[in-house]
Amino acid sequence: MISRTIKRLAATILVAATPLALAACAKGGSSASSDSAGGGTLTMWTHNAGNKNELASIQKIVTDFNGSQTKYKVDVQAFPQDSYNQSVVAAAAAKKLPCILDIDGPNVPNWAWAGYLAPLEGMDDTLSKFLPSTVGKYQDKIYSYGYYDVALTIVSRKSVLKKYGVRIPTIEQPWTAEEFDAALKKIRDSGDFDYPLDIATSFTGEWWPYAYSPMLQSFGGDLINRTDYKSAQGVLNGPEALNWATWFRSLVTEKYVPLKSGADPAKDFMNGKSAMLYNGTWTAVDTRKKFGDDVVFLPPADFGKGPKIGGGSWQWGISQNCSDAAGAMEYMKFAAQDKYVAGVAEATTNIPTTDAAAAQVKGYEPGGENDVFREFTKTFAVVRPETPGYPFIATEFTKTAQDILNGADPQKALDQAVKNIDANQESNNYFE
Amino acid sequence: MTDTLAHVAESTTQPHHTAGERRHTVRNVAVTVLRLVLCLVFGLPLLFMIISSFKPDIQIFSDLGSVKAFLPVGDLSFENYFGVFDRVPFAQFLLNSVIISVSTVVLGLIVNSMAAFALSRLQFRGQKVILGVILATLIVPFETMALPLLWWVNTLPFFDVNGFSQGWLDTYQVQIVPFIANAFSIYLFYQYFDSIPKELDEAATVDGAGWFRIYRSIVMPLAGPAVATVAILTFLPAWNQYLWPLMVVQSEELRPAMVGIDYFKQLNVSWGQIMAYASIITVPVLVLFVAFQRSFINSIASSGVKG
Repeated sequence: MISRTIKRLAATILVAATPLALAACAKGGSSASSDSAGGGTLTMWTHNAGNKNELASIQKIVTDFNGSQTKYKVDVQAFPQDSYNQSVVAAAAAKKLPCILDIDGPNVPNWAWAGYLAPLEGMDDTLSKFLPSTVGKYQDKIYSYGYYDVALTIVSRKSVLKKYGVRIPTIEQPWTAEEFDAALKKIRDSGDFDYPLDIATSFTGEWWPYAYSPMLQSFGGDLINRTDYKSAQGVLNGPEALNWATWFRSLVTEKYVPLKSGADPAKDFMNGKSAMLYNGTWTAVDTRKKFGDDVVFLPPADFGKGPKIGGGSWQWGISQNCSDAAGAMEYMKFAAQDKYVAGVAEATTNIPTTDAAAAQVKGYEPGGENDVFREFTKTFAVVRPETPGYPFIATEFTKTAQDILNGADPQKALDQAVKNIDANQESNNYFE
Repeated sequence: MTDTLAHVAESTTQPHHTAGERRHTVRNVAVTVLRLVLCLVFGLPLLFMIISSFKPDIQIFSDLGSVKAFLPVGDLSFENYFGVFDRVPFAQFLLNSVIISVSTVVLGLIVNSMAAFALSRLQFRGQKVILGVILATLIVPFETMALPLLWWVNTLPFFDVNGFSQGWLDTYQVQIVPFIANAFSIYLFYQYFDSIPKELDEAATVDGAGWFRIYRSIVMPLAGPAVATVAILTFLPAWNQYLWPLMVVQSEELRPAMVGIDYFKQLNVSWGQIMAYASIITVPVLVLFVAFQRSFINSIASSGVKG
């Protein structure tokens, strides 16, 4: 019985494998090289596999570009966002980067320093009309631009805030730290929600520095001293940073936020588990669908130095090993038109980077329902430090913030972070 | 007298018999409860995955706090499955995974069994050293070899119907060839071959058989359980490959199914679609295991491999 089964298994595998192995070899040989393979073909990589709308809007630009001239042909290869960076870094290690690629904004200085990216020449005028947070710079050179930005916001419901007598803050008059804490306390004490606020602590990766370092900056601290990007001493462990850390920990000890959020805090908010949600503007579509006009998008609180939010989303650049940089630059200039900015922003429901594009995108026109997001970005956005050491800083900040939330001594945790960040900057000769 | 003795015997053995039965029953109940708990521990995540694949995202989370998470209740539909096929070239991914896994298994069975046969049956200098080196590679995790391997495959030449090319990136072979030779498989075969009497080889040699004939006609036909074990233990990691394809595959038409799950992790994660996709890509593995469950268990038991 057993031997018959095994024979059947072996036979099945052999029968299946013969044509498959042949197909494998035949297919293997036909794959194209990933960089510009001559003949005017420029390979482009994007993180949009799985995001049909955004990919279609990028494909539209490429189709228009390919149809507008005969010298170059751009060929799109889409990767899933979650693993895109690993794919790019692996390709860079193998010297197989494509000519044109998109990059998450905070990585631009590191990738420029590492020699992945080439500067974008001759686009200063065009890009001066873009939101500053959507232009990737390193050492006074522009390396990338993005069609859109996203904004951080506190999502809540007018009816909930009214019920607990909480003032609805505005850009001009955001909540003070005291007002914010008082609102959290009032809602917590009501017992109507699991937590008054969900700050999405279950998110991983870039979320922590993107979402929580603006709070630190609003307190007056920062991730690194931005005058020379050499040290975090005094800015990440000074009195302002300590105030932030103490307050951040109190969110958990006061039971204002869960130590570990659910897998999808936006869904928990829509299910009524939290009264307020600190998240990105990408939650707007679903929350509006759920709560209609009752939903409200609030600016973050002012902890002393004004409300702050993270700036910089996905941007486009060209690789240094592109064998036809002129063709890649021609594409980059072509693709920076307002109509394409509008097209991509509309497809993603994100914030268009230029005023002209915003006027073309429903909801982002002046006075439109999403105009407030653009105002948040214009008024409050702080880009993450433009140093190649940022990925290390981001990891270190994430670890420190998690330690603090879990009860580590704030001063010791911050001092250790500064020590590690400074050592990294120094060991890399300050990336000079 | 006899009656009295019988009565006494009955009256003294009766309580013992009852206590023994009770102990037996208690043990049965405990074992059953333990089995049930183990079933739940391993089965509930699968059940949750399948049930959630039929629910809208918001309901998945609202059901999380109760037993409803494991029950097909509420707003059930195939919407997530339609979403999966709309979002991902699923048939292509599945075909790629089948090509990669099956090719790795077949070539792995041939190469590793031959290597093990040589180590087990042939006599040559350095035999034990080679076996030791092969076994030593078992302790090196793949992650530490990934970058050097990437560099290596990127410099390899290839010749096929389209002519000569250099670099294996973005091909099928780069997903198959590095995983054909496997130290664990060689060891499994080696161990099994060692248990086959060498007198059979001697008898075959007397009859004029060469080493390949002995391998093909005597040793391999007797190594069925080892073949089944290696086939399944090679298939599973090949099917579950994730990191390596991320590093070496750029074209969508060459991506395996496991990488496809990343397509659903956007800023707004589509949890229902993730569950639907995970359900679909788990099915082939489950079917394979269930179909060959008996021979797999027997082969593991007989080859002395225990987890």
